[in-house]
Amino acid sequence: MSPTAAKTSGTVEPRHGRNFAILWAVATAIMVPIIIWVVGPHIPPGSMSDNTRAQHDVDVALTALAMPVLMLVWVFLAYAIKNFRADKTSEAIVDGPPIKGNARIQATWLIVSAVLVVGLAAYGTIDLFVEHGVGGGQGSNPLAKPADAKGALQIQVIGQQWMWTFRYPGYGGVETQTLELPMGRDVEFHVTSLDVVHSFWAIELGVKADAVPGADNVAFVRALRTGSFQVRCDELCGLWHGQMSTTGRVVSSAQFQSWIGATAKRYAGVTKVLPPYSLTYYPPPTRNAT
Amino acid sequence: MESATVSVQPRRSNASAWGGLLKTNVIWAVVLAIVGYIVAHWLGGKIAGNIAAEQNPGGTDQADIAILLGLFGSIVGWMLGLGFFNYPLKRMLGRPPSLHEGGESGAWRYFRLCTDHKVVAMQYLVATLFFFFVAGLNAMFIRTELTSHNATLFPSGNYLTLVGLHGTMMLTMMSAGVIGPLGNWLVPIMIGARRMAFPRIESLTMWLTVLAGFVLLSATLLGGFPTGWTGYAPLADQARAGIDSYLVSFLLIGISLVLVGLNIIVTVVTLRAPGMSWNRLPIFVWGMVTTSILAVLAAPVLAAALFMVMCDRSIESTFFVSSSGGSPLLWDELFWFFGHPEVYILALPGFGIVLEILPVFARKPLWGYRLAVAGMFGVALMSFMVWQHHLFMSGINANLRPFYMFTTELISIPTGVIFLNGFGTLWKAKIRFTVPMLFCTAFFFNFLIGGLSGVFLSDVTSDVVTHGSFFVMAHFHYTIMGGLVFALMGGIYYWLPKMTGFNLNQTLGKIHFWTMFVFFNLTFFPLFAAGMLGMPRRVSTYNADLHTLNVFVSIMAFCLGLSMIIFIVNLVWSMVFKRERAAENPWHSKSLEWQIPTPVPSYNFEEIPTITGDPYGYGLPEGPVVDFGRRRPAVAAGKAGA
Repeated sequence: MSPTAAKTSGTVEPRHGRNFAILWAVATAIMVPIIIWVVGPHIPPGSMSDNTRAQHDVDVALTALAMPVLMLVWVFLAYAIKNFRADKTSEAIVDGPPIKGNARIQATWLIVSAVLVVGLAAYGTIDLFVEHGVGGGQGSNPLAKPADAKGALQIQVIGQQWMWTFRYPGYGGVETQTLELPMGRDVEFHVTSLDVVHSFWAIELGVKADAVPGADNVAFVRALRTGSFQVRCDELCGLWHGQMSTTGRVVSSAQFQSWIGATAKRYAGVTKVLPPYSLTYYPPPTRNAT
Repeated sequence: MESATVSVQPRRSNASAWGGLLKTNVIWAVVLAIVGYIVAHWLGGKIAGNIAAEQNPGGTDQADIAILLGLFGSIVGWMLGLGFFNYPLKRMLGRPPSLHEGGESGAWRYFRLCTDHKVVAMQYLVATLFFFFVAGLNAMFIRTELTSHNATLFPSGNYLTLVGLHGTMMLTMMSAGVIGPLGNWLVPIMIGARRMAFPRIESLTMWLTVLAGFVLLSATLLGGFPTGWTGYAPLADQARAGIDSYLVSFLLIGISLVLVGLNIIVTVVTLRAPGMSWNRLPIFVWGMVTTSILAVLAAPVLAAALFMVMCDRSIESTFFVSSSGGSPLLWDELFWFFGHPEVYILALPGFGIVLEILPVFARKPLWGYRLAVAGMFGVALMSFMVWQHHLFMSGINANLRPFYMFTTELISIPTGVIFLNGFGTLWKAKIRFTVPMLFCTAFFFNFLIGGLSGVFLSDVTSDVVTHGSFFVMAHFHYTIMGGLVFALMGGIYYWLPKMTGFNLNQTLGKIHFWTMFVFFNLTFFPLFAAGMLGMPRRVSTYNADLHTLNVFVSIMAFCLGLSMIIFIVNLVWSMVFKRERAAENPWHSKSLEWQIPTPVPSYNFEEIPTITGDPYGYGLPEGPVVDFGRRRPAVAAGKAGA
């Protein structure tokens, strides 16, 4: 029906495929540089640690990669809305051309999306190993470790309703309410919980690991500059989940040594009555806490 | 294929308006559910009162055994009051089998067990929309709380209960929100059948869904629950009695999903009309079949996990208590093994609706029909292989992460196919932008953003930032609300005239669409940024620097709420006050449901039709797509547009 209708009305059907491809290419060519150079530098989470650098780079890469796809759909929708409309002036229902499919386009679409997916998965996997887990909780037996994992500073993160405490096994297992760590040294977090599931999120450090009772969850970080960072609970843990936050500090190595020495000395009496340092603790369950 | 013993005429009802009151109906169901609760709660107290006190030397203010038994008692009372036990009892007494439950005409049939699939679908529509609006109202309260970064408007426990109610109710009611109303209404008609395979089970699924909604709301009377919709143990073990309502409610929805899924699969396999071959099956029916497969396979795992929490809470088992050898990670695994297929239970119906509506308004055949079916099956199959991406940070075996990253990204291939089908259909089409078509177009716009943000979450590196944050929340609102709810709205504007016989107001519909589309995007797009900047989900307080962003989002969310009020006004106005008779085929569609009279007769087809053509044969010089036999209804196929 439609080809005849087009002929009789004297219009020549434009080359839609070519026009759409040009528009898409132009839109993509505009958007990708904007994402990389204009938007990209503002994408969180900053550059405080090796993790956040890797996360930032991946987020910029994924956003840039998303642009061709986003533009494909948006430009297509806009193009279809503009060009493939029924004649508004006429009440008659006119059918479009009865195209039922196109094996070549379908195959191309599947192959291109498969290549993209395999590429993305390979990129993600390599990144995961190169960046030793990028700050994510890796369980008790981490697969990807930093080169000198043996020399890493160990800090245990203990979640409980609704606060964080930190133990330094290298300094007699002293438990503190403030998190301090030295700049430029690998830190190995051991995250666990005393009651329900929490999640340890050191936002500016790019560390996130669930705190699960009875489980030890390891995450690595190397802070690249000094300053403070926020710690929040990222898994709903009951009444004051939203208030379960604290501020941590990255300090120079010398400052850290003097701080931890003083703290270990000050809390020596407390450390003695604490349960001995362990990767997991099993206090009896509580009920009705909420 | 239809049993010859079924009479074509509905049985005449002798009941007067008052007679209907005395028969089994929802009023009796409410009464007996309350009685059932009281009796079973008392019984539970008698059985377990002393035991519970002894085993909780720390003291307890709850008796979970009594409360759980009470809730189960209310299920029995509810089913008794609606008459679900009548038929099995009659059969035990040797009465002959029958499809009828009596009283299948008159207004009362909407308030009782009815075996007419069109009545059940309307019940479903009203029920799921009701709970959808209740849950939406909860969202308004949540956004009100978040207008302040440190002050708390609601007490913390109440706020978390609101969050949990919003999430659980939306998830459960929207799982039933398409397969219930549209699935039950359309599947038999689209395949040329007079009924679903199991009409009583169909009615049961609907009434269990209603009960599930009210049981969930009863959590507010039992102290609320702090867990959100994910119900993480051991927080669920520790919580107050409100969590028992959550557990029983979710269990009811799980059972309902399994039954509705089985019903649809059996219906499509066994009751297709002659000529309705597998490659003529409308794509919406394929969407329902794949959704049903997911429901049947995934929901039992949820039911098992919920039973385990119930046991932990009532009979002091320790499935999720690490100090006694259990593991909280067990709940994570079981829940998300259900939970991820569940999100595709919420996506596939949307694909089905959109691909069903597009050809009608594009006036073109569905492009790549077989690929679309393959895509839906691909999504269904793959959705069982990706659940651990919810657990990337949980400390499960880290060696599995590359695998789940790969499978999660792989699922974008079958999902992308749906876009290709849609765009192929729109290519060189003659599009009419009616209200349903606007919603379907917006579906692609929104779902794309949902899908692309999903790639960030599937990549472990990026997920370290976004996991559990508002980014995730924005992501799944883009897929579920931007995808499923937009498709559902399109489906309602498209099919409701056929279902009720009255037109919806198109002008109000367009206002509804544009406000919903604009404010939906303005509400949820900024939340991607909130998540990346460090705002975890389900918090009532957050960093002061995110305050402006959240106030903006809250205002936009209220406007989104207003757009829903426009929808309600349109529904009430068009269906109750300003009734305008709908044409038999107002959209000039070629599919079967539009070729029969409006309102659809009780048995759909006087004679089982023979399908003679493709439901999407637009632009093809084919003849009618269906042969109605000797007693042809008023409208002839394909002629309506002339």
